[in-house]
Amino acid sequence: MAEVCLALAILGVTAYSVLGGADLGGGFWDLTAGGDRRGGRVRGLIQWSMSPVWEANHVWLIFVLVILWTAFPLFFGSMMSTLYVPLFGAAFGIILRGTAFAVRGQAATIREARGFGAVFAASSVLVPFCLGAALGGIASGRVPVGNALGAPFESWINPTSIMVGVLAVVTGAYIAAVYLAADAVRAGVPDLVDAFRRRALGAGVVAGAIAIGGLFVLRSDARDLFDGLTSGGGLVFVALSAAFGIATLALVWTRRFALARWTAAGAVGCIAIGWAFAQSPYLLPGELTLDAAAAPDATLTALLISVGVGVLVLVPSLLYLYRLVLRGTLDQRFEALDQRFRPLTTDDHPEGS
Amino acid sequence: MDGMLLAATEVVGKLGESNQEHLLWARELQAMSFIFHIPLVAFGIAFPAIVVFMEGLYLRTGQPHYRALAKRWSKVMIILFAVGVVTGTILSFEFGLLWPDFMATWGEVFGLAFGLEGFSFFVEAIFIAIYVYGWDRIPPRQHILLGIPIVITGITGSLTVIAVNGWMNHPVGFDLNAAGEVINVRPWEALFNSFFWHELTHMYIAGYMVCAFIVAGVYAVAWLRGDRSDYVRAGLVVPLTIACLAAPVQVVVGDWAGRTVAEDQPVKLATFEGLPKTTKGAPFHILGWYDKSTQEVKWAIEIPDLLSILAYHDPDATVQGLDSVPADDQPGPINLVRYAFQTMIGIGTLLAAMGLFYAAVWWRRRRLPRSKWFFRLAVAAGPLALIAMIAGWVTTEVGRQPWVVYQLMRVDNAVTDAGGLPIAFFVALAIYASLTATVVWLLRRLARHPPDVEVPESLEAT
Repeated sequence: MAEVCLALAILGVTAYSVLGGADLGGGFWDLTAGGDRRGGRVRGLIQWSMSPVWEANHVWLIFVLVILWTAFPLFFGSMMSTLYVPLFGAAFGIILRGTAFAVRGQAATIREARGFGAVFAASSVLVPFCLGAALGGIASGRVPVGNALGAPFESWINPTSIMVGVLAVVTGAYIAAVYLAADAVRAGVPDLVDAFRRRALGAGVVAGAIAIGGLFVLRSDARDLFDGLTSGGGLVFVALSAAFGIATLALVWTRRFALARWTAAGAVGCIAIGWAFAQSPYLLPGELTLDAAAAPDATLTALLISVGVGVLVLVPSLLYLYRLVLRGTLDQRFEALDQRFRPLTTDDHPEGS
Repeated sequence: MDGMLLAATEVVGKLGESNQEHLLWARELQAMSFIFHIPLVAFGIAFPAIVVFMEGLYLRTGQPHYRALAKRWSKVMIILFAVGVVTGTILSFEFGLLWPDFMATWGEVFGLAFGLEGFSFFVEAIFIAIYVYGWDRIPPRQHILLGIPIVITGITGSLTVIAVNGWMNHPVGFDLNAAGEVINVRPWEALFNSFFWHELTHMYIAGYMVCAFIVAGVYAVAWLRGDRSDYVRAGLVVPLTIACLAAPVQVVVGDWAGRTVAEDQPVKLATFEGLPKTTKGAPFHILGWYDKSTQEVKWAIEIPDLLSILAYHDPDATVQGLDSVPADDQPGPINLVRYAFQTMIGIGTLLAAMGLFYAAVWWRRRRLPRSKWFFRLAVAAGPLALIAMIAGWVTTEVGRQPWVVYQLMRVDNAVTDAGGLPIAFFVALAIYASLTATVVWLLRRLARHPPDVEVPESLEAT
């Protein structure tokens, strides 16, 4: 039963990496979009695309936390207390990011939009890096069981953590670019389809390169994890993830963005499962096994029942939301972010409509 | 020694001892995060129902100002929900970051409740997006139905969190073995503990009072400036009526809550008053200052027997004093709890009187009160209700000290051993301060838009 709960946590991590990651990655492209004028259209699409869904996407993170503290409380307490620096960083980043995004939609001048946009975008890079660095600390066996017994800084400033943190940022950017390209098709802005296709291809190649280079980092920094990832079940899922990654690039190249969303999700999900295989049977490598960390069966049963009931309500609701979103029912009119604050020019409709 | 000595079997934390020197900073950081989050919870509980009610008025009457109000309020609702989601996430983080041993030791007992909360939040996020982005795009009758899930999930989401608080005050659903370890966990029993029901009811009515008084206050300002448009009238009367009905009911529920505390947490009740010794016919002191050295409340207005009446509805009832437990097990800041409690009671009584007055004028004359002072009070009522709600939480949370799990685990055994808590506190303070400023600024901006921008012309014509 502990395995089922772990599977739920992995599912949650995957969903957050893909859906939340896409939102965080949207912030990355917002940050790198250039000046008000040049970046206005890119930022407009990001605002347009994220507005109706970001809160729902974000709840996956809460889901993961809840599963962990209910099903694996000892793991949760040890991890949170040792990795408090990056996790406080992520928590503060989440507040700033969510608020700045919600507020930017109401900005009345370009200066306001710029200020809130900068906060939103910068914290969108901070959050995945911090979360990734924390995961790296766990995976490389730097979190002992106990109350803040690990090193406060070395537990997350180390080769594995930095690699995973950067990978989290780039992967988010990659997924976001794929999603935004698909959304640009729906919004009817062909120039942005091309812009995000280029970004997706670029970020995809970089993410792949970091992932391959990362294996060498793991080999020297976290040998056990490396061995786990390059043998048995770990290897199978690493290979699957690579295959999904390449398939995604091919689909983006051939402009089949809708399908690329799913393969991109597959690539992230397979890495998460591969990681679980690689450090099995441990939750905290060398310290705490899955079985030792698991709550009593009564708790796990109750958790699974409540998740089951929740899913019965949640899945139809989510499908309804995504159906409305993909049909365009909830779409607002697309406009460049800086457009509200200046007179229209021909640049705003380069497609000539 | 007088009274019963409540011998506490303390539970051994799974993560071991903590030597945190900054315990107070951890508590203040947690308290600050709650204080910022709680008003949003009030809006989460009450606002969806008020918005849907307003949309229902529009569907029944076809009057465009009802629709304009519902639509505008729904935009406020989604902003507050968004901020609530992130501030709520921070709380989830802080449970682990600040109180790892609490989570590690007890997560398996109460964690389930948060699972249900997570799903509620999820469903709420989905339907709130559909509802707000769906104005003018989804047929009206279908649109209002999409508001119903928001109403339900707004309730279920906070329900389970309150259940956890109830559990911390009245921990059940497990057994302890001789070594002080938690065994035989029964999570469903923990969820529906006996503190759950009155805390839930008390908080829900508080949610309605805070939300409805604050919303009404916005339109009371316009009313005082002489604006008697249908828009302002509806924006004032609907929430004000809800709040004025809720306020007197809250007094009854508060009485129920007080009596439950007297039964189950006598030390907390003694702290409300600063009652040093177990006393038959215990008095209640208004204002004043509890002096620990002399164990007396000084410079106060003493009302004989009132504490016994409040706690047991009997002037001669015996109320347990602080001395029924060792000094180490008594809450430290007794005056903080006393003043928080009296603030809550005082404001609650004032608002209940206001509600009764409003109801009486309506009953007798079928109109709104004419006094300017009534509407000035209506403007102040929102902030007052909010202060009362926060004071209520301070009462119950500080009154529970030094325990995080009542009589089983002390906060200083639950706290993290990590360093740097003051830094975290000040960073959080800066963030929360700017967040408050931003939200207030944004809501004022939204309020300055002329109302008719919210009504599409096609609908106005019909």
